[in-house]
Amino acid sequence: MDNLQLLALLPFMVLATAAVVVILLIAFKLSHTVIQVTGFFMMCGVVLAMWYVRDTLPREIPPLLVVDGLAALFTGLIIFSVLVVGLLSYIYFEEREENPKEYYILLFLATLGAAVLTISRHFISFFIGLELLSVSLYALIAYLRNRNNAIEAGVKYLVLAALTSAFLLFGMALIYMETGSMEFTAIGNAIAKQGTSVLFLMGIGLIVVAIGFKLALVPFHLWAADVYQGAPAPVTAFIATVSKIGVFAVFVRFAQAIHLHENALAISILTVIAIACMIAGNVLALMQQNIKRLLAYSSVAHFGYLLVAFLSGDAGVGAGVFYLLAYSITLLSAFGIITLLSTRRKDADELNGYRGLFWRNPLMAAVFTVALLSLAGIPLTAGFPAKFFILTVGVQQHMWLLAVVLVLSSVIGLYYYLRIISTLFAAPPLSPVKEKSLHPFFYAATYASLVVLMFLLAWIGIFPGFIVDNVQEFLVIR
Amino acid sequence: MILVLMIGVLLVGGLSCWLVAQRYPLMGRWIALIAVIIAFLLPVGWYIQHAPGITAVGKNWLIDYQVNWIPAFGISFHLAMDGLSFILILLTFLLGALSVLCSWNEIREKTGFYFFNLLWTLAGIAGVFVAMDLFLFYFFWEVMLVPMYFLIAIWGDFNRRYAAYKFFIFTQTGGLLMLLAILALYFIHGQQSGGQYTFDYFALLNTTFSNDVTARWIMLGFLIAFVIKLPMVPLHNWLPDAHSEAPTAGSLILAGLLLKTGAYGIIRFVLPLFPEASASIAWWAMLLGVVGIVYGALLAFAQTDLKRLIAYTSVSHMGFVLLGVFAFREIALQGVVMQLLTHGVSTGALFVLAGMLKERLHTRDINHMGGLWTAMPHMGALAMVFVMASLGLPFLGNFIAEFLILLGAFDVSPVLAIIASAGLVLSALYSLRIMQKVFQGQLQPISEQPRDLSVREWIIMACLTAAIIFLGLYPQPVFDVVKGALITSYQLPVAGGFN
Repeated sequence: MDNLQLLALLPFMVLATAAVVVILLIAFKLSHTVIQVTGFFMMCGVVLAMWYVRDTLPREIPPLLVVDGLAALFTGLIIFSVLVVGLLSYIYFEEREENPKEYYILLFLATLGAAVLTISRHFISFFIGLELLSVSLYALIAYLRNRNNAIEAGVKYLVLAALTSAFLLFGMALIYMETGSMEFTAIGNAIAKQGTSVLFLMGIGLIVVAIGFKLALVPFHLWAADVYQGAPAPVTAFIATVSKIGVFAVFVRFAQAIHLHENALAISILTVIAIACMIAGNVLALMQQNIKRLLAYSSVAHFGYLLVAFLSGDAGVGAGVFYLLAYSITLLSAFGIITLLSTRRKDADELNGYRGLFWRNPLMAAVFTVALLSLAGIPLTAGFPAKFFILTVGVQQHMWLLAVVLVLSSVIGLYYYLRIISTLFAAPPLSPVKEKSLHPFFYAATYASLVVLMFLLAWIGIFPGFIVDNVQEFLVIR
Repeated sequence: MILVLMIGVLLVGGLSCWLVAQRYPLMGRWIALIAVIIAFLLPVGWYIQHAPGITAVGKNWLIDYQVNWIPAFGISFHLAMDGLSFILILLTFLLGALSVLCSWNEIREKTGFYFFNLLWTLAGIAGVFVAMDLFLFYFFWEVMLVPMYFLIAIWGDFNRRYAAYKFFIFTQTGGLLMLLAILALYFIHGQQSGGQYTFDYFALLNTTFSNDVTARWIMLGFLIAFVIKLPMVPLHNWLPDAHSEAPTAGSLILAGLLLKTGAYGIIRFVLPLFPEASASIAWWAMLLGVVGIVYGALLAFAQTDLKRLIAYTSVSHMGFVLLGVFAFREIALQGVVMQLLTHGVSTGALFVLAGMLKERLHTRDINHMGGLWTAMPHMGALAMVFVMASLGLPFLGNFIAEFLILLGAFDVSPVLAIIASAGLVLSALYSLRIMQKVFQGQLQPISEQPRDLSVREWIIMACLTAAIIFLGLYPQPVFDVVKGALITSYQLPVAGGFN
């Protein structure tokens, strides 16, 4: 490994160091605030490191890793999301009795796992990254173990994730048996030479099952609602953004390397999955009374939309990245509101608790409304250009069925987003909610960042050109 | 640039209403009024200064403003105004100013946010009328939707949430189908022009379709969005709920302006972009228009809720628009533009009257009204004017519009024109029923006598009355302004293969 290769890995090393630093901090100075602030700066360090090494990209580190524009984009997204999740975690856990210190170790380890996924070009790094992510998530989900749903959610995730790891390994083994390699590009070359066999397709299928589980695609979405509901709000935000971005990144890279789009069977299976996601996700979300469950199902639908971009092949990657960016900002601001409103006992996940929020706290309601409109894909918010670009690539590739299903199912989706919005604007209940007054600085910081997120949504919604150009610029680094 | 200013004034005005009203709740309405009046004066002043010179040269497009927006996708911020846009912009701001006035005292809570929504809706509508980039058009199409949703959902009547959902979901469905159609058109044009991908209206006008089926489907995508807004009969379901539950200003904007965007879309996009495809479905569209005329009138006659009744008259009147547009005659199109204006004014006025009645009597049920002429002779007289306009009395604007449409349609399909004329008789039925039930007959026992019009209400009604009488007596200026826009853009349908 030469210097440049080492340099290219700098951001990831900083990320790994963050976890170690937190461990050391716990040993020396056991203060939530110190850990939080350090973690924040470490994450900023990762971003700076990424910026610093940008010109040396792309860089292969054979056989396991490759740091290219795609990886930089996805890692950037992941780090951005973790920054916000970390900020939300502070006020969330400071309110609660549990000791939140180990939480940050797990958070950074999981982030590292997701980041490794974005740069992996080999089954080994793929698997390591995925396990790093999942194992940390088991603990994160059940972190508030005194709560009713936490253990249930944690165990559910543990069992299913372990099962899918087994699927993944089996799939990898089958592919290795057929092609004699575990490197993505080598597999692609072997396939190009000898054609696909049944066992190879089975291997692909098993890997798709594993990925589908992580992304909560239909029919592997059954865990999503329970885990979203049971996990602490910041962790839910983490699962919804960071973990899915990482897995999606490796899926994109894998599919590109083995030319998945030339395989008609795989494409038709993924098409069916995408349609099922869009319809089932939106229909299941319709009647939810619990916001976290609702967002779980809506994220199923959103990954259905994302699959449309994915199925468009190389043209869709840019649209997919843009979509993930808009989606992450949106979800983070939504979960930010949920976190801010959560009390010591319980997360603010009942829809009824939001009745009349606009009249009690216009700022929060405005952020939440913009986030929901963005999820619904209404202009002036980031969700609109995101959905528009996906539709564009879909129509460009003549995937009319998917495009029409996307349009019609997002009309269904509109209904439940509007339902939340009209609850926000309904007449408020009589009993005023007690204002929390702890930690004014962090409250202000969280508020400020949520407002920044809201303006970011509006800015991307109105001037998406800047982001589009930058994404394209990064994507050519490969 | 003037168009950008015009929309910008509304957007900024809306925001400042919201912000200022946090501190001074009564300031919001003044800011809103001033913003709308400025937005009104901008294009008018410009028109008086420049337009005669421009039209004399024979140019249709009075203003053309274009800057890049998302160049990677060929999206530009392209605004342009021709005679048709100009007329509709005038209508927008006239009704906009009146809608601010008529919510002066009606809205008592969260006035800032209310006027914010009102102005943003107006901005969206104005944007729709001048956007010449299809992406931008869709953008404005949605921008006018969301604030309208809030207007209905927050300040509406008892059943407001249901009505707001229904309104939003219906229009959004159409809108998304239109988006798909826009994208399809974008790619077809891009491939034809050798990679020149653009959403620009003028570029897309040159698109030719290799086969009729594609053109038909794309055209339907546009058409469905527009006829939902219009509304055409099987898709009119959202309208009575939205109109009757909305606050007065909301009804005024819905009936006076939002419906017009549908008609505008058909005239501006469907006919010029897909001349053959729209000619091929013309008969069906005209038929549905006539069905709308008769069906809307019958349903209007059966209503007891005053606002619902007026809402159904809109369905009936908009049937004339559909009939006229798809007759493909210049004279009918002229009539359609007149109908857009006069329907906006007359139905808007009826909704304002219904709002005033509701403010005084706290009901919309016409069975609980009656004999009000004695208490409110002025309002009664004004209502008489607009009821007569609505049934198409000569000297009032609607007569000119409906006459021209029938004249054009008769040339194409005498049967449909005759049935549509029968619809006019039905309109006399429901119109007179309004007068009888509300203002004449037995005086209902009311605890206190309702007072007659206030000065503010006089101003509103005077503007509307003057407009409707002017349009009825001297419609020529309107014809002159829109003539160029109609003829040059749609030369094909007039000569086209529909005989």
